[in-house]
Amino acid sequence: MRLTALLVAALCWLAPDLANAQDAAAIIAENRDQIEKPSRQTIGPVIAALAASGDAMADDILTAWAEKRLVVRKSDDALFLATPDGDGFLLTGLDGTPAGTAAKSDLTELKPNAGVRGVIAAALVQFTLSDPSPARRRAALDSIARDPTPETLEPLRASIASETDPELKALKERLERFLTLSFDPDSAARVAAISALGSDTSLDVRAALNPLVATTRVAALSKPDGNVARVLGVGRDLTEVEAYDLLVVAGLAPARLTLEDQRTALVANIVNDTVGGVPVAELDTQAARDRAYTALERAGTVPTAATDDEAKAALAMHGFFEVYVEPDPAVTSAARSALAGIETRVGMMRAADLGLDALSLAAIFFLAAIGLAVTFGVMGVINMAHGEFITMGAYTGFVVQLFVPDYTISLLVALPMAFAVTFAAGVAMERLVIRHLYKRPLETLLATFGISIALQQILKNVFGTQARPLTAPGWLDGALTFNDVVSISYIRIAIFVLALLFLAFFLYLMKRTRLGLEVRAVTQNRTMAASMGINPDRINMLTFGLGSGIAGIAGVAIGLYAKVTSEMGADYIVQSFMTVVVGGVGSVWGTLAGATMIGSLQKVIEFLNPSNTLSAQTYMILFIILFIQVRPRGIIALRGRAAGD
Amino acid sequence: MTALLEVSGVSVTFDGFRAINNLSFSIGHAELRAIIGPNGAGKTTFMDIVTGKTRPDLGAITFGARAICLLGLNEARIAQVGIGRKFQRPTVFEDQTVQDNLILALKASRSPWRVLLWKPKASDLARVQDLATEVGLGDQLQRKSGDLSHGQKQWLEIAMLLAQEPRLLLVDEPAAGMTPAEREQTTSLLVDLARTRAVVVVEHDMEFVRRLNCRVTVLHEGAVLAEGSLEHVTRDPQVIRVYLGRG
Amino acid sequence: MTRKGFFAQNPSALIFIAVLALFTLAVTLMSEGLGAGVISTSFVKTLGKTLCLCLVALAMDLIWGYAGILSLGHMAFFALGGYMIGMWLMYARTEEIVVTALAQGGLPASDAEISQGIATQIFGVVGSSDLPAIWAFAHSLPLQFALALAVPGLLALIFGWLAFRSRVTGVYLSILTQAMTLALALYLFQNDSGLRGNNGLSGLQNLPGFGDSSQDLVSIWFFWASALALGMGYLTLTWIVSGKFGSVIRAIRDDEARVRFLGYPVEAYKLFLFTLTALIAALAGVLYYPQAGIINPAELAPIASIYLAVWVAIGGRGRLYGAVIGAASVSLLSSVFTSGRLPNIPLGPVSLNWVDWWLVILGLSFVAVTLFAPKGIGGLFDRFQRIPTPARKGAPLGPDDGSLQEQEAQP
Repeated sequence: MRLTALLVAALCWLAPDLANAQDAAAIIAENRDQIEKPSRQTIGPVIAALAASGDAMADDILTAWAEKRLVVRKSDDALFLATPDGDGFLLTGLDGTPAGTAAKSDLTELKPNAGVRGVIAAALVQFTLSDPSPARRRAALDSIARDPTPETLEPLRASIASETDPELKALKERLERFLTLSFDPDSAARVAAISALGSDTSLDVRAALNPLVATTRVAALSKPDGNVARVLGVGRDLTEVEAYDLLVVAGLAPARLTLEDQRTALVANIVNDTVGGVPVAELDTQAARDRAYTALERAGTVPTAATDDEAKAALAMHGFFEVYVEPDPAVTSAARSALAGIETRVGMMRAADLGLDALSLAAIFFLAAIGLAVTFGVMGVINMAHGEFITMGAYTGFVVQLFVPDYTISLLVALPMAFAVTFAAGVAMERLVIRHLYKRPLETLLATFGISIALQQILKNVFGTQARPLTAPGWLDGALTFNDVVSISYIRIAIFVLALLFLAFFLYLMKRTRLGLEVRAVTQNRTMAASMGINPDRINMLTFGLGSGIAGIAGVAIGLYAKVTSEMGADYIVQSFMTVVVGGVGSVWGTLAGATMIGSLQKVIEFLNPSNTLSAQTYMILFIILFIQVRPRGIIALRGRAAGD
Repeated sequence: MTALLEVSGVSVTFDGFRAINNLSFSIGHAELRAIIGPNGAGKTTFMDIVTGKTRPDLGAITFGARAICLLGLNEARIAQVGIGRKFQRPTVFEDQTVQDNLILALKASRSPWRVLLWKPKASDLARVQDLATEVGLGDQLQRKSGDLSHGQKQWLEIAMLLAQEPRLLLVDEPAAGMTPAEREQTTSLLVDLARTRAVVVVEHDMEFVRRLNCRVTVLHEGAVLAEGSLEHVTRDPQVIRVYLGRG
Repeated sequence: MTRKGFFAQNPSALIFIAVLALFTLAVTLMSEGLGAGVISTSFVKTLGKTLCLCLVALAMDLIWGYAGILSLGHMAFFALGGYMIGMWLMYARTEEIVVTALAQGGLPASDAEISQGIATQIFGVVGSSDLPAIWAFAHSLPLQFALALAVPGLLALIFGWLAFRSRVTGVYLSILTQAMTLALALYLFQNDSGLRGNNGLSGLQNLPGFGDSSQDLVSIWFFWASALALGMGYLTLTWIVSGKFGSVIRAIRDDEARVRFLGYPVEAYKLFLFTLTALIAALAGVLYYPQAGIINPAELAPIASIYLAVWVAIGGRGRLYGAVIGAASVSLLSSVFTSGRLPNIPLGPVSLNWVDWWLVILGLSFVAVTLFAPKGIGGLFDRFQRIPTPARKGAPLGPDDGSLQEQEAQP
């Protein structure tokens, strides 16, 4: 193997001369004897010469030879490429010219042995890897990467030096390392290849390394000879049942008797209300049943099977080991440490990805909560129907899409429409209900809850219970991908940007406009503001409308990536309240801080316990309850007399 | 004479604003004291600190013969050791009758279990009747206190304070919103009370303070500016400057 | 206050007990189990469940109507009580079935086989065959009944202690209790919570040990138990609110700072009430779920607790009979409207389906009650007695969030 590889490599350098000298047919004619009776030791130069000839036919000839389709016509002793055709064969001359047909009996197949076929295959790989067309070279590399075999290693190495395309050269070098670490007979070369992978963390590197550290579990009386990864402790690393199963597989112990089998066997052997001398009535404990079964075993009426005691004894007698499939310890330890390094780097990237996820979740919470922060934080009004305003916004988006087929335009129409619809709903609610309940926060909570259930049911009656689609425009499809691990979808980026816009808009509105000034004035001292000529009723109405309108826009944004149902808003309401309360009532920055904290927290908990989103929410709410113990007024708390205590 | 309440070196800050600045103050077991001072001098904050509503940043407050430290106690415990407070505006439980209000205030165990099993004894009812009569509400026991007039509520609250039997009484602007006759009555009641316990009156009205005829403490910017008889403090040039100069 | 007899002081309690006794007698005489069979067993169950809901509404009235704490978590305690008793019902019933099944196999069942059989029967649906540790006491009725009170009680005690000591009040407390309920519901929705995830516990209507008794009889027993619990609960709560304790908690509702300055440890009172009402709710749940037959995590969704507040508000908070009237009328109406048996009302091209529109009507009527009739249905009694409300120019009776509104006050 190594020899042929070296030969091919050596000849590769000579190839141009030979190629100029002869075409394939001539080389074959010259070495006719060797080709008809090839030997692995001596055929190398011939195949190398063929491979290097540059003749277009060399590829076909070598392929045919390896597939036993190179034939000798008995009549004239000439060589042809044969293709099965009906009962006979279609013949092609070595120079590519068609040469009629022949019956099977007229032909003698050349049958190279396995060793020779290996040399031919290697030469063929070399052939395609050095093909003038970059596309074919790439295809050859892909096929090797898909199905790596030891034979391809040497030709791949040989082809690297002559590769002219820098991209392909890099690919080849990378693939060469994978093949080396898997197949090179020299342990040092494999270790070197593993460490040469360096900081590469891509999936194919992990795929190449993982088989090296694959293990199997074995049971044995003493430590086996192979590359033992570790000794397993029963009860610590594997359960007793698993350990016993290993013993059964290794033929070291009889199969265990299941409770049902034992029961069946005992029932089958009831004689005069006793089994093995034990009365049936006493067989309501496991100990009595084992006793009866052992008696039956001794009598030979039932097959021997391990009872608990016997199984325990067998487990104690044997050792259990985890053995690497890969026999070379140097390689396994190198692979293990390389994987550990990769793990660390991947872990860091995961953390970055988690950070992105957390940010986008925080943006969603912020969007959902900011409207609430206005009504609850600024006006002190609890609006339990806030969630339904979010839903109304999303349904507005859905309805707009029914009439405007272009998704980009419909989105641009839907955002202001959603704002208008929920603004109107908010103003109506403020005028009709909330206005009468200022300073009665608990009654407001209950009344708005009444509105919430009514609205939710109305939406359900109108739009049905099934989820409605709110389709994002095409340019929001897909994701921004940094590498295998870190990526974020464009919709989430868009929501993030929207959240930032809202933050900016809200800050501008409150700090730089007349309306903001009046809102703050009414918030701080209603009577005083009224005596300065501000109409508090109008301000309250506008503030409430604004908060509701923002909820509508948030609804469109949330609807783009979540399902639009009549209950979607209700899913956000508790979280939104938590965001506002944790952040600190009455401060936009507080809402931002709250959203960031709750978003990150939820993602981190989900990361630690990936199986269950539900429990992540449970833990998050528990955390919030405890958090409020420490900071009852939220992260960004108003202090002193302004806090109103 | 050992002091009943000893406030020493107390400071409190709201958002960088020093409402009370290294204030020291003490009052004896049976003494009437008036605290005066311009707006923002820290009079109400001082009462909040003594009653446990506000926690000071620095300083110590001790109370009683055994010098209990008040800083570690919450409002309820402070009230239980014997400090009563009368608010500026009358605060009574408006949904409940005069009798219920007085029974709530009667000196008795405050623990939930004891209260649950509590039954009025004849002596309790008699005490309630006496207190109500003392403040002129003797025939109003079954009326809801929400229906009482403003002045009647003031009197009910004073009766509730008496029912608590505190050793120190903090009274915030008792004269506000009272008729001259009621003021007269209040003055004599406060003077009377101060014979058996300590009474601290926070007041704006100089005329009312003059009638109390007691030691006066002047607060300014969270600290004691002057202390002594009313004549003494009104002659103090600093006090004059604060009241007349910068107001 | 002159010292009079309990019923002389609280005539409404006497009337209530009399009405409840008459009602119980009437239902018994008309039932299928013991009487003429005029009303169906399932309706007896509905009435029994309604009595349990009235009991939990009483608890809600005590904590919200009297103490001003709008808890949105009491249905969680109710459901927890149901879960705890449901564990015994399901375990014991499954044990009977498993033992019978195994005995037919020729050998008497061993303990291991029985517990294995029970675990597979109960937990097969969530893909597990082990009995979780929290089922350790499920075999015993006294232990599990103790848990049915201890678990909600302890949860209320810990949660209340945390919330009240940091002086969380008003809407903050409401939201916090709602969050607690949501957390609990989400936790129970998981399959590995040990309570069968969203399948919940089922078959609770079968009373272990009474396999021979028909549901006609069992339903009457539970109806009696519910009526007894409601009667006892009403008397206990009347006793609590009519004494000095009631006076203290009403004072806390209207102005808790003032109560503190009188020397009452307000937090201890709130904690006491919160835990007591949680226990009452749990007891109601213990009686409710064997009649309902099934319990799942949806039962403790936050909305259930809000409905509880709705019942009390519609009935009229701050008066015990109001809570009972509200809970009974709204929950019975609700079951009538959502039964699907009412005919649709044709309105031109569309027809109005009561099942679809009942929630809309309930929601809006609730808004109307809050706005226009804060006294709720209970206020009608004042109207009959011609009791005027005090004129306070719109001011509530205290500075706190939970204080009585002007219209709610009774002179």
